[in-house]
Amino acid sequence: MTTNQIIELLPYQHPFLFVDVLTVVSSEGITGNFTFKKESDFYKGHFKKNPITPGVILTECMAQIGVVCLGIYLLKDELSEENHLQIALTGSQVDFFLPVYPGEKVTVVSEKDVFRFNKLKCKVKLFNEKKELVCRGYISGMIKK
Amino acid sequence: MTKEELITKLKTIVQPYIQDEEAFKNLSENTDFINDLKINSANLVDVILDVEDEFDIRIENDDMEKMTSVKAAMDIVNEKLAAT
Repeated sequence: MTTNQIIELLPYQHPFLFVDVLTVVSSEGITGNFTFKKESDFYKGHFKKNPITPGVILTECMAQIGVVCLGIYLLKDELSEENHLQIALTGSQVDFFLPVYPGEKVTVVSEKDVFRFNKLKCKVKLFNEKKELVCRGYISGMIKK
Repeated sequence: MTKEELITKLKTIVQPYIQDEEAFKNLSENTDFINDLKINSANLVDVILDVEDEFDIRIENDDMEKMTSVKAAMDIVNEKLAAT
């Protein structure tokens, strides 16, 4: 399965797709990146006259790359156009260290912690272009075909 | 391990995942994880992983599907412990 095929199978689209490119994929983990568009709507409100990427959006970016893309790869033999993926976020515990401004490119690095009984739990880190740690935590979801 | 000791250990394991406090207080052998304690399917997986760690056993898919009550969990744990 190619990285483009993984992205095509994602159940998201603009304006709620937070995956541009996947660079490393294995059954143990995944790495990918996303560039936050300066014109994204949420910057108009978070914050007033001081646009900063909301933590909840960073968490979503970590979940889409780190858990959902990895989950698609892990279920690769069972998925097809007709056989859609069912997903639900079930838990997140994330600590934040640095802000991400409009236009910044971030890299998400995820390691599989547990994948059993349809539950995928990953240890996920998000870095900025200077390779500084922006946030990290555990994110889990139920994922099945 | 006595029956009471096993129930106490299971009670400690499920505590972080329960949504019905009242049912948890009255937990007994007959308590159902899903219908009484309102543990959701994602957290039921956590319960199973924690049971594996606590008792150093491996629970397979078939057992997982059965393990929806205190009684069923006790039976599975006892069966696995007897087999080791």
